[in-house]
Amino acid sequence: MKSDNKNNTGPDEGLLREPLSRRTFMQLSALGAGALLLKPGAAQAAPKLRSAARIVIAGAGAAGLATASRLAARLEGATITLIDARKAHYYQPGFTLVASGIKPANYVTSSTADYVPHGVELIEERVAEIDPEGNTVVTASGRSVPYDFLVVATGLQLDYAAIEGMDERLIGQNGLGSIYHSPAAAEATWRQMSEFADKGGVGVFLRPGTEMKCAGAPLKYTFVTEDYLTRRGNRGKAEIIYNANNKALFSVPIVSEKVRMLFQQRDIKVNYDRVLQSIDPGRRIATFRTPEGTTEMGYDFINVVPPMKAPDVVRNSPLPWQQGAWGNEGWLEVDKHTLRHVRYPNVFGVGDIAGVPKGKTAASVKWQVPVAVERLLADIAGTESTARYDGYTSCPLITRLGRAMLIEFDYQNNLTPSFPGVIAPLEELWTSWVVKTMGLKPTYISMLRGHA
Amino acid sequence: MKELDPMILLAVFLEMLGPLLWLLLAMVLLGTAAFVALLVRERGIAASRLVRAQLVGLVGGVLALVLMATVSSSGFTDAAGPIDWILIVLVYGLGMLGTMVLVYTVAGWTRLLRRQGAAG
Ligand SMILES: Cc1cc2nc3c(=O)[nH]c(=O)nc-3n(C[C@H](O)[C@H](O)[C@H](O)COP(=O)(O)OP(=O)(O)OC[C@H]3O[C@@H](n4cnc5c(N)ncnc54)[C@H](O)[C@@H]3O)c2cc1C
Repeated sequence: MKSDNKNNTGPDEGLLREPLSRRTFMQLSALGAGALLLKPGAAQAAPKLRSAARIVIAGAGAAGLATASRLAARLEGATITLIDARKAHYYQPGFTLVASGIKPANYVTSSTADYVPHGVELIEERVAEIDPEGNTVVTASGRSVPYDFLVVATGLQLDYAAIEGMDERLIGQNGLGSIYHSPAAAEATWRQMSEFADKGGVGVFLRPGTEMKCAGAPLKYTFVTEDYLTRRGNRGKAEIIYNANNKALFSVPIVSEKVRMLFQQRDIKVNYDRVLQSIDPGRRIATFRTPEGTTEMGYDFINVVPPMKAPDVVRNSPLPWQQGAWGNEGWLEVDKHTLRHVRYPNVFGVGDIAGVPKGKTAASVKWQVPVAVERLLADIAGTESTARYDGYTSCPLITRLGRAMLIEFDYQNNLTPSFPGVIAPLEELWTSWVVKTMGLKPTYISMLRGHA
Repeated sequence: MKELDPMILLAVFLEMLGPLLWLLLAMVLLGTAAFVALLVRERGIAASRLVRAQLVGLVGGVLALVLMATVSSSGFTDAAGPIDWILIVLVYGLGMLGTMVLVYTVAGWTRLLRRQGAAG
């Protein structure tokens, strides 16, 4: 069951795709939130494809579950196997709301098994080894699972160990916050931040020097903290410092500039080219790497966003990029428009693990999964697909409690607003906040079920 | 399949509201049917009842805004751009209209049925 259309990634294919498509995720979120700008299209249930193909999906997070749902809905007779040891499912875009005191920790926690579609087997184990030459994966217990197609959806690994002195168990104590860690850590971070907002002092914010999921999240939390200080009348007693890893605040220049303006307005100090190297949680000192050497910063509150890299199982396989920063971090070497592996055509990479220039958000997953699925199904059917991913990434950038900017963009740093002329992407709007707080989660869950 | 179609929309709303969605839809459908039936029965609009229903509707609009503020952990004081004001008017309008139709219909049918009961 080898794929033979690995070369169908010409630059101009799929250009006739409806522009509406890539916007659907945000539109749905907004529609779900009550902005009734409905433009119904025709509901189409594609006929099922008969096949005996064995498809393995490594990782049952946002991308893995959405892929399983879509494949299960389209295939008959195929063996679809999801492999993931984690029983809990985390709605990660909600972590920021938990850490902002807006939602409780259980808002983001559910169970993986709830979303596993009918007819799909879930092996509750970690994938320990991927052998793309032998078309097999091996689980932690040593079970060997052969495949005809492999979809890698393992997400990414938080590399706290790369920060010298960092101890994950100390999150939630002594001014140490870290939202990314887990729902519990997000809640613990909220308590630390709230205490800081009551007292004032020095708040230190940062982002890692690696690729990361939801690059807007560290910015959002800086804004939210500033807002709490202001609301509680303690802004004058606090200094807020944001440390950017390079010379920009966001990878999309127009957004970066907008954030710079807002930071200036709110008196948030910015340092460029600073990457957290080590931390002394007891003495509350963070040490940053700069082009000139290292610099120490004392803090009363810090939100540690750790470096991120591919999970070991992927890094230890032949699948990552072979050189450059992406090789070191271990991201899957896939074609950025088809999400098909460049060297192993029966392997796809979706979600955070994909080595593509943008796209480490749940909103991107919504747009990546149908492309990989269409390509895979075309392989099975012996046809060709023109489905193409253009880098759609979205980040409802909260700029204060009650307001956000609905930022959506693509590989070329173009803004790709879902509601051009209606919801302005670079404007702080209540409507965008409503989309984030009310519309996003139901849309995300529908995506897991293959309905959105 | 990636297009906005009513089934996707339904899925998202169902995810958001759960079984409450069916209850709401049933209320809207039954309410509208009862309202239309009332109009037919009475051969027109009862002006004084409409005014009373409108007054209650004004409160219904406010309640809709309060509900919206609660579920979105924010309020209309956060409104910043034109779309925000449009959304607020929309939410208020829907709340007002819904309440008005509901009150008008319930009051109308109560009166009709009472009169029938008295006659029979
Ligand atoms: C704080 C925060 C805020 C965010 N905000 C937003 C936002 O506002 N908007 C947005 O769109 N996105 C946001 N995101 C990003 C979004 O959550 C991710 O991009 C999305 O979850 C990616 O999906 P995924 O399936 O690739 O990874 P995940 O959902 O993380 O799933 C990966 C899965 O793979 C499993 N796995 C790992 N290793 C193995 C292995 N060896 N074997 C088997 N399984 C394995 C894991 O257990 C996990 O279940 C945010 C993320 C965070 C942390």
